[in-house]
Amino acid sequence: MISRKIKDTLTQKLMFSFCILVISLAIMMISGLYIKAEPILEMKSIRELLFSLVWHPYRGNFGLAGFIAGTLWVTIIAMSMAVPVSILTALYLSEYAPKKLRETLNTIIDILAGISPVIYGVWGLIVIVPFVRDYFMPLFSNNLNFFPFISNNYTGFSALTAGIVLAVMVSPLIISLVNEVLKTVPLEIREASLSLGANKWETIKYVVLKKSWTGIIAAIILGLSRAFGETIAVLMVAGCALNEIPNSIFDTAYPLSALIANTYGEMMSIPLYDSAVFLAAFILLLITAIFNIIGWGILIHSERVEP
Amino acid sequence: MDKRKIEENIFKTLMILATFLIVVSLICILGTIFFKGFRSINLSMLIQTPESGYYIGKEGGILNAILGSLVLGVGATFLALTISIPVVLYLNFYLKKKSNFALGVRFLLDVLWGIPSIVYGVFGFTVMILLGLKASLLAGIITVGLLIIPVITRSLDEVLKKIPFELKEAALSLGATKLETAIIVVFRQALPGLTTAILIAFGRGIGDAAAVLFTAGFTDSIPYSIFKPIATLPLTIFFQLATPFPEVQERGYASAFVLIIIILLISMVSRVLSKRFEKNIVGK
Repeated sequence: MISRKIKDTLTQKLMFSFCILVISLAIMMISGLYIKAEPILEMKSIRELLFSLVWHPYRGNFGLAGFIAGTLWVTIIAMSMAVPVSILTALYLSEYAPKKLRETLNTIIDILAGISPVIYGVWGLIVIVPFVRDYFMPLFSNNLNFFPFISNNYTGFSALTAGIVLAVMVSPLIISLVNEVLKTVPLEIREASLSLGANKWETIKYVVLKKSWTGIIAAIILGLSRAFGETIAVLMVAGCALNEIPNSIFDTAYPLSALIANTYGEMMSIPLYDSAVFLAAFILLLITAIFNIIGWGILIHSERVEP
Repeated sequence: MDKRKIEENIFKTLMILATFLIVVSLICILGTIFFKGFRSINLSMLIQTPESGYYIGKEGGILNAILGSLVLGVGATFLALTISIPVVLYLNFYLKKKSNFALGVRFLLDVLWGIPSIVYGVFGFTVMILLGLKASLLAGIITVGLLIIPVITRSLDEVLKKIPFELKEAALSLGATKLETAIIVVFRQALPGLTTAILIAFGRGIGDAAAVLFTAGFTDSIPYSIFKPIATLPLTIFFQLATPFPEVQERGYASAFVLIIIILLISMVSRVLSKRFEKNIVGK
């Protein structure tokens, strides 16, 4: 009898230490990357690192601005496509779709969410790159000669291409998060609205969305952070040529994540190079962590408010 | 028709269009991979290793990558499980329902889930250097293991949360300790759900390229030692599509085909299992 009790207490202690292990994993990641990035932070000013465009590791110039801009371009393009489509899809799923259809669609979204980034990359390479090259680029360069469409890049590898691929990648995440949020809106208040004579769309607009907009924003933030750090798919289709800040959706983009992945082989031999790459990783970690803390914070908070 | 009706119809059409776009994307992705894969896949592709170098060698197949990915995935899943099983048991059986500690750990895991895999790759690389390892199967397992710990812990956690409190209560009232309740009663009942969680994490693990780029290396041979580099399907796809030789690219397409088949299989099996789980546990 006593031995059972002891076993129970012992395992409890052991399990608790595993929880501590997981917590320390997060701390180790942050501090580990920071320690590795520190040499370059001591040598150069943060201003120079973040806002200089000059990336010449051999000459000791480590300006990350071009890569940060690349990340921003790609992410913004992706989100401007993914957000409306995802929210509309989620609304259709939760408010209009019949039960059978909803189940099928949920399966499809689950599969889409489970597909590996590299597969998205292959798809982008085979389908989206030629599509952008053969249709979008000629069309826009002939007709729209203003920002952000002017570009002399006609290869098909561009910020837009990466944005399209990323949009499809992050949509399943946003859809399922928004779906969860919409589920928490009680059926009763929908019925109340309907019984007052509002039609279904008005109920969505004035009741459902009003109740759930914070949660939807959280879902968007979480999708944004996913797009922000995506690497392989972007690396395969964004072009990733070292140049200035992209000025057009048709310019090539070179995001931070792609920089990290690309420079792996060469970084060990040049002083501070590895440190610069670790700094890039640290920036990604910091920003995605902040986005996730905000996103999940909102979701948990709103769950707690709703009994 | 009045204005209100028109507005509703416009938005409903937009919703259907958006949903249609998502469905078309999936069909287009699957179609592309199947179309390219079917032409390059054959038996010798599956049972041979590449000859004369993965970047330029035109002969041989992708056996190295298939085996490498499977070994890596299984290893990483086991590593992640040894850490996450105690954590979920603790969260679900030893803490009160409104425990702040549990809330904090779950929150942290959600945040860790959102950290990009390239960051895990870089972190795994530093751990690897720290341990004095070279790019190897072991380093890959550690990195991918870290990457999927949040995935696997949170999905196991969600499964255990769904188990009715009465079931735990009944076992406890019969004199079982918390540990016995957890292992004998709940784990058995929740097995289909738990398997689903594990499969999903496995799928995420073998599909990720950014995490293994620095840590697992690349090789033409099949895995034979945990201290030697291994080939993986995602990196095979990534490297071999970057070559200018169509014959080499074929191997990339074949790898993509194999990878997507594995992912579809996982998705199918987990669907069946979670249906069974819902029927067993949640339904009544």
